[in-house]
Amino acid sequence: MTSTLPLRIEDLTVAYHRKPVIWDVAFDVKPGSLVGVVGPNGAGKSTLLKACMDLIPVASGRVSIFGEPYKVNRHRVGYVPQRESVDWDFPVSALDVVTMGLYREIGWFRPVRKKHKQAARDAMEQVGLADLEGRQISQLSGGQQQRTFLARALVQDADLYFMDEPFAAVDAATEKAIVQILRGMKQQGKTAIVIHHDLQTVPEYFDHVVLLNMRVVANGPTEEVFTTENLQKTYGGRLTLLDQVTEAMRRRDKGE
Amino acid sequence: MTIIGNALNAITARGLVASIDYSEWTRVLLLEDYNTRLVVFATTLLGLSAGVIGSFTLLRKRALLGDALSHATLPGIGLAFLMAPTFGFEGKSLPVLLSGAAISGSVGMLAILVIRNLTKLKEDAALGIVLSVFFGGGLVLLGLAQQMPEGHAAGLESFIYGKTASIVAQDARWIFGAGTISLAVLVLLYKELKLLCFDDGFASSLGYPTVWLDFVLMAVVVLVTIVGLQAVGLVLMIALLVIPAASARFWTRSLYQMTMLAGSIGAISGMLGSMISGLAPRLPSGAMIVLTSAVFFLSSMLFGRQRGVVIQAIRRWTTRRRIDRRHVLRGIYELLETQTTRPEVSPVEATAGNWVGLNALQESRTWSNRRMLAEVNRLREQGLLRTRDHEAALTATGLLEARRLTREHRLWELYLITHADVAAERVDRDAERIEDCLEPVMIEELESLLEKAVAVGRVPISPHEIDMSTRLAEG
Repeated sequence: MTSTLPLRIEDLTVAYHRKPVIWDVAFDVKPGSLVGVVGPNGAGKSTLLKACMDLIPVASGRVSIFGEPYKVNRHRVGYVPQRESVDWDFPVSALDVVTMGLYREIGWFRPVRKKHKQAARDAMEQVGLADLEGRQISQLSGGQQQRTFLARALVQDADLYFMDEPFAAVDAATEKAIVQILRGMKQQGKTAIVIHHDLQTVPEYFDHVVLLNMRVVANGPTEEVFTTENLQKTYGGRLTLLDQVTEAMRRRDKGE
Repeated sequence: MTIIGNALNAITARGLVASIDYSEWTRVLLLEDYNTRLVVFATTLLGLSAGVIGSFTLLRKRALLGDALSHATLPGIGLAFLMAPTFGFEGKSLPVLLSGAAISGSVGMLAILVIRNLTKLKEDAALGIVLSVFFGGGLVLLGLAQQMPEGHAAGLESFIYGKTASIVAQDARWIFGAGTISLAVLVLLYKELKLLCFDDGFASSLGYPTVWLDFVLMAVVVLVTIVGLQAVGLVLMIALLVIPAASARFWTRSLYQMTMLAGSIGAISGMLGSMISGLAPRLPSGAMIVLTSAVFFLSSMLFGRQRGVVIQAIRRWTTRRRIDRRHVLRGIYELLETQTTRPEVSPVEATAGNWVGLNALQESRTWSNRRMLAEVNRLREQGLLRTRDHEAALTATGLLEARRLTREHRLWELYLITHADVAAERVDRDAERIEDCLEPVMIEELESLLEKAVAVGRVPISPHEIDMSTRLAEG
């Protein structure tokens, strides 16, 4: 059974130069779960995602994607990088960017063909960007740029998604669109690991939570793990944050 | 002194005329002469491939890489010349010299990678170090070569500044081969390089070997640099890698068009530059090619359709005009509203022909009198306003337009207040009509809100002044 786990991380340690950024991180993710990765700035959330995808060297430990190393199963993985990680002034259209999700499928040296463009268009429609395909990416609003990235991940048609702060600085419409997409993924039995910074919406969006501050403070189902006590351990008990959390808890209790 | 004198002589009209007669012009311009054809063909191809490659290095933000790599070829040229006789080769044969250039260019490339990856130095430092050290080493080796007794090293320095006259048929074949290979690589890897330049993190997550793709890009730069050594020389090679690509950027928002355009600009610069140099052999070809491309750059910078200086100034100016127009018309309309004293007339129904003081209009905003008056005059010329001493009045058409603009402004403001969550996405104040941006249902909703706001007591001079929270609560 363990081999079918979408993601298993075992005592993972990552270091930049000599300083460890995350250490002894270990957790399993079950199929069909939406996992929120939460923690303060500099807690190593992005590092964790990048290490899972072999984007940065790992000092020790092992990451298994559907029971195999990333290299073997990377065709089953989709990635939404941080929006700020690219130059949005680059001379390409929104459709071009979305099509990039299909490049591996298209294959080396071969041009993008009609059916690929159609697949990209369908993905853009899913995220509500149907009429913007020809738009140069610098002319998109921040939320639209984020949705372009999301559409690019959707065309990858993966089983496991890594998303780096997809909700950062987006408008409410985009936030709704992303949540809808995430729920649709869950229904199809897909799994998403999402870095999230807005504690208030964690209980609403995610059924599992990983609390990270260089090491895993707690992980598990949201209702068990996302507690004031655990958050205090993660954030070191900063008052304003705790207020937010109490509010979030109150909301969650009301909802249930 | 004599060098400067000669150069001046060549540049002055007298010098040019003296050295060129009519048959010389036709020989060069109509490509009658075999050697001229060869040279022009070679430099055209060089400009083409350098322009296309430069598009990618520019977007990869590695524009200066080419400079370091081209300078790094010099020691190879010197060494190849010095060592060739030992291995039984002719020291000045082009393949030998260019092989040397390729090897030391590659060593330079590795040096950059090593310095960048093993130390905490940034890339620009690595580039600076490699560029200067390799170039210095090359100069020393050239100096040694010239002191060799069996020497005839004269001509080696043409690699530094470029000298198309030295190109012969055999060389052109080499240039053609290298140029074709580098173009073919870029065509084949177009989609992969596009992804690399845009989002290398995503490229690696897909499993693309980004280090190797970068390496290929560098290798192509080295290749085209070697091609360019004879024509433009290593000092100026960077110009062909950067200028056409940077010029093309002003014209287009598509990578495909950018590469095509950069290739064309490079090709034309190469062609014209070498022709000019063919007409006046004393003008160095490299410099002429670079100066030709600079003309393209300058005109692109000024007149480029997407990002040119002129188009940007026009955009700023028209925006300012549009905003001024709105401010004047809405300002007058709102003043008219306050002037209406009859309570039974709905205050929003301001009437045409009533005079409004321009002083009051000026005080309603932080604009200079001159700027406001200029717009008032333009509106009068368009038949929207009538003016007399320090006063203005809307004509019938002016009133319609002012009413429309004011309504639109208020609807937008209401939209911002009532739909703050999604508003930033949709608000397009520059759109000619609000109907182009919002669904009819939404506009109806906003209009009924506006009517309510008007009905409840005072006129909304501007929704800033209505307390929307209480209005909405009442509604």
